[in-house]
Amino acid sequence: MKKNFFLIFLIYSIFKPTFCFSLVEIDITRGNLDPMPISVSPFFSNEDTNEKIKNILSINNLGLEISKVIENNLEKTGLFDAIDKEAFLQKPDIAHLKPRFEDWALIKSQVLITGKVTSKIINDKDYIRIEFKLWDVLGAKMVDGFSLTTVPTNWRRVGHKISDKVYERLTGESGYFDTRIIYVAEEGPKTQRVKKLAIMDQDGFNTKYLTLGNELVLTPRFNPTNQMVTYLSYFRNMPRVYLLNIETGKQQVVGDFPGMTFAPRFSPDGKKIIMSLAKDGNSEIWVRNLETNIQEKLTDHPSIDTSPSYSPDGKYITFNSDRSGYQQIYVMRSDGSNVKRISFGKGIYGTPVWSPRGDLIAFTKLHKGKFFIGVMRTDGTGERLLTENFYQEAPSWSPNGRIIIFYRETKTDDKGKGFSAKLWSIDLTGYNERLVKTETDASDPSWSSLLGN
Amino acid sequence: MNLNKILKNAFIVVLLGLVVTACATKKSVKTTTESSTEKKAAETQTADPIEKLDALMQGDVYIGSDTVGELASGVPDRVFFATNETILTTASRETLRKQAAWLRQNSDVTVVVEGHADERGTREYNLALGERRANAAKDYLMTYGVSSDRIKVLSYGKERPVDSGSNPLSWSKNRRSVTVKAN
Repeated sequence: MKKNFFLIFLIYSIFKPTFCFSLVEIDITRGNLDPMPISVSPFFSNEDTNEKIKNILSINNLGLEISKVIENNLEKTGLFDAIDKEAFLQKPDIAHLKPRFEDWALIKSQVLITGKVTSKIINDKDYIRIEFKLWDVLGAKMVDGFSLTTVPTNWRRVGHKISDKVYERLTGESGYFDTRIIYVAEEGPKTQRVKKLAIMDQDGFNTKYLTLGNELVLTPRFNPTNQMVTYLSYFRNMPRVYLLNIETGKQQVVGDFPGMTFAPRFSPDGKKIIMSLAKDGNSEIWVRNLETNIQEKLTDHPSIDTSPSYSPDGKYITFNSDRSGYQQIYVMRSDGSNVKRISFGKGIYGTPVWSPRGDLIAFTKLHKGKFFIGVMRTDGTGERLLTENFYQEAPSWSPNGRIIIFYRETKTDDKGKGFSAKLWSIDLTGYNERLVKTETDASDPSWSSLLGN
Repeated sequence: MNLNKILKNAFIVVLLGLVVTACATKKSVKTTTESSTEKKAAETQTADPIEKLDALMQGDVYIGSDTVGELASGVPDRVFFATNETILTTASRETLRKQAAWLRQNSDVTVVVEGHADERGTREYNLALGERRANAAKDYLMTYGVSSDRIKVLSYGKERPVDSGSNPLSWSKNRRSVTVKAN
């Protein structure tokens, strides 16, 4: 880390949640922070490579497209401001070899990303090799870089991996770009919504629908260790928790329960699922071990106990219960002992989700007819409300614990028209609220871990 | 698989179910100031004149006939609930007694009681709330002589509103349990 310290400190200080919010006071003013000017040069490729890639992917200038993936990722963080490529003075090939730093400083760029794409044939199969370099313009030196060889169809993922590297290098935080989001795609009138499981890259590309919409599906959640998903399906009008393998499409019901199972979530090691079982008017939290098939009841109270979520060390579970008369957030040990209420602010609290960093719990709060997404420490102190709206809920953390994605529904007009459900994201700081574009209406987002190689 | 354990757990679940039923009334009375402030906030949002609402809602329980279908001739198919509540109103009990009487006369009919919530709650909590409401109706039908094996419950939470409005009257129509013939 002997880089431009000022630069790193600047970004790091943006990230540190040092903004002061007192308990339950709502301050969601969006300050205008100064994003860092960054140049992402189109990645260079020669005529021969261009011709080959055009045949395989029908893309004319893959190097340019990869640079746009990176640019888009970095800009959406709100921390970077990508300089218009029209302003660039140096050609991609020469810049990648050795940038003329004065030229980049002249257009006020502090950081430069360059790269090169080459087509290759290995064992009669087409591959692409993508090389990238990260340059510190003010320090006039290269600070990072790597090259990857992969099948051509993987080109967007390479863009995401480069974005992750840049983000990590400049912020000191792990990235979150080479990830996917699973959600519920919605269509049709509000009274007869058709819902399907859908998955897309974090930046909204490569959407795939995993169910046909024949039965109602809700609340998909990723296994943090692999590409399995757990969700609720109304298959044959029997609402039960299911397990889905995204790669094979294989689905199976989880456990053998005598009533509706819902609100599933994986344990951090991916080996267990916690969920609620509703039976005879009472909902309790259960855990099922997917390896031993042993299932255990964890709560024991004649109230609604649901929306459980494990701490990242697996030792605790947070959930919501209306045992006090209305919905509040509780924490217990993962064996069900030591139940403690942690939410004491004004309003109703639900959907607690433990941050992957372990220090915070994100939640939904209903107060005076408004819905808020907020965070609190795991003992309930330090409540901060990040965003307020007519209806929004179901926070899910980015794998680095810096961003929360959730869904928001609109209020309909007097004739019941104008309903929509969309995904939104907001930084933990309460800044940088953004619509997450989806092909259809969307709800119940769940963010995957960083994908492997 | 440990059969003993499952049986034991199932037994506990059944026991708890009984406890819940027993506590249902007590619990419902415990409406906190929270939900009443919410109701107030919600009520101010509507453009409807108060008089009109009064004719259709008692407290925040829907008492109109719009959306109400029939399980059989002269037997309404649904009952309505107050916000966050599972308590059966006098009118609801009357409806359910009619349903029970008809079901006793038509002993080959089985039903599904569908429980629903309005859109002003989190999805998962509403699934549980819908299940609680459906069971409140089921328990009452059982009290009036319909055997439990003829009644299935199915919670839809907030997933199947009948009224797509975002106002207190629409929400009151959506907080319901509906008895539907299953055969």
